[in-house]
Amino acid sequence: MKDDMTNTAHQALSQLRSASRWRIWEIAIWIVAIAAIFVLPSKALILTEIAILALFAISLDLILGYAGIVSLGHTAFFGLGAYAAGLFSMHVATEPITGLIAAGLISGAFGFVTSFLVLRGSDLTRLMTTFGVAMLLAELANQAAWLTGGADGLNGITITPILGLFEFDLWGRTGYIYALLVLMLLTFMARRIVNSPFGLSLKAIKRNSRRAEMLGISPTRRIVAIYTISAIYAGVAGALLAQINSFVSPDVLAFHRSADVLLVLVIGGAGYLYGGLIGAVIFSILRDWLSVITPQYWMFWIGLILIVIVLVGRERFTRWQNFLPGSESRRLAKAKAAAAEQSP
Amino acid sequence: MLTILFDGIAYGMLLFVLACGLSITLGLMNFINLAHGAFAMAGGYVTVLLMNRYGISFYWCLPGAFIVTALLGAVLERLLYRRLYAASHLDQVLFSIGLVFMAISAVDYFMGGQQQMINLPPSLQGRFDFLGVGIGRYRLFIIVICAVLAVGLQLALTKTRFGSQLRAAVDDGRVARGLGINVSLIFALTFALGSGLAGLGGALGTELLGLDPNFPLEFLIYFMIVVTVGGTSSITGPFIAALLLGIADVAGKYYLPQFGAFIIYAVMILVLIVRPHGLFSREGGR
Repeated sequence: MKDDMTNTAHQALSQLRSASRWRIWEIAIWIVAIAAIFVLPSKALILTEIAILALFAISLDLILGYAGIVSLGHTAFFGLGAYAAGLFSMHVATEPITGLIAAGLISGAFGFVTSFLVLRGSDLTRLMTTFGVAMLLAELANQAAWLTGGADGLNGITITPILGLFEFDLWGRTGYIYALLVLMLLTFMARRIVNSPFGLSLKAIKRNSRRAEMLGISPTRRIVAIYTISAIYAGVAGALLAQINSFVSPDVLAFHRSADVLLVLVIGGAGYLYGGLIGAVIFSILRDWLSVITPQYWMFWIGLILIVIVLVGRERFTRWQNFLPGSESRRLAKAKAAAAEQSP
Repeated sequence: MLTILFDGIAYGMLLFVLACGLSITLGLMNFINLAHGAFAMAGGYVTVLLMNRYGISFYWCLPGAFIVTALLGAVLERLLYRRLYAASHLDQVLFSIGLVFMAISAVDYFMGGQQQMINLPPSLQGRFDFLGVGIGRYRLFIIVICAVLAVGLQLALTKTRFGSQLRAAVDDGRVARGLGINVSLIFALTFALGSGLAGLGGALGTELLGLDPNFPLEFLIYFMIVVTVGGTSSITGPFIAALLLGIADVAGKYYLPQFGAFIIYAVMILVLIVRPHGLFSREGGR
């Protein structure tokens, strides 16, 4: 009996370890992202935009892909982070990294407070409360013109060099490196989180929260925790945007941002972190291309893409990752083949 | 004071007609249809087109808007919505957001981004005094139409054969099908009815709410509030919620303009915290 227990524990542990092992394609993605600094110096601005969007999408993936919370107002945290970073640099300190941390903390605190709203009710109630919170913040930013500049946005943000050493240049090279480093650091941390026992218990809650509860996993505290973490991530993404552009417009709280980030995650696939990254690349290129062809009506095509994706089936778009070397299903297939060879 | 109350009631009634279709699709058929406002917008633009380009009287435009949007709803239901009844809520949300985006840019492309204006017939313009209360003729017109509609809907859902078939289809589609009820036809008809009502609401609201391509997103939150706060188990819940919302919104804009829409959102979130299934829902009901 005791032997059995240790065996199970051992199995679970090795499963967790193998899930957190680095895959070849993950390393390849990061190499490409770093190589872009040198290969595409003229595209640094759009690359920065992609990095920020990717971070934002990863933050949504943490709650949508792992905890199963559908949020229609995730931009609340993004916008809050942007405004916090902007105001921080105007009134407290102009060094970007302290500003980033401050914005993340403020956004995380707000996420912690609002996480209690998503605990209760059905999908619809969650949709409405997240949407409502985002609209509330947008209205607040619009009305409190003495603080936020109202509809004109936050002007006059000064950003000094990072740690006093690296100055933001005109071509956005420093900006991209800065955003990429933050993105890498936070993605590695997110990997640790989702591959830990905590991440595993989140997946259990997503599958069936009642069963998870009966197994002794309390959904409440875990959802609060992951929602707060996700809010911090989104806040940092917003802060990056504010610092690199030295400007915050009320647009950071607009509804279409929440919809965009959902689309990004849907294009890339939810529930494995890199979906946000891949989706951000595809989405940004697509939007750039569409807004060149039809500057005013690109939204039409974005909408069409959404509908097609849903009708064809989301999982079909993300099945490609099963064919990558070292993926879960490949491993399972290999193990099955090995077992079949041994059995006769 | 009483005039504000009266305006608020008219506004609430209008919101009810706009949102009651959504309360059927969302509440009864359990489909999160964020594109409901697009149907309302379609109704509004049909009215604008018919009146300004073809000079048809406003009174005839109203049934026209109803019929066109109902047909539009029926076609879309057959082609697209039907496939997603069983899909996850996330899929439904994505799909309907996509539809909203397409509708917004399509209208922008064909009609332009400016505000649309209509000229009401003279018999509906102006206001008169009744016992010291200033009453706008057009608002009175809206209240009368909407009250008739609300009573009619309530009777149709509870007293007619179609209503009981619909309720049966919603409660348990398989058993209803087994009893010989054509569930998919009932759903299509219901969806068309809901869209048509939204279109009618959009036509009535052109004068009051304004009409531009951003209409579906701008008023989405109002529709959703009516349905979520009102609960989805009956028609009376959303009706009362719509009235409260209308009065609160008009009074809020009049007395506390600096807060804007702030109060509405705050109240909605509060209600959803206290009663996640809406103010007027039965516990455990669907």
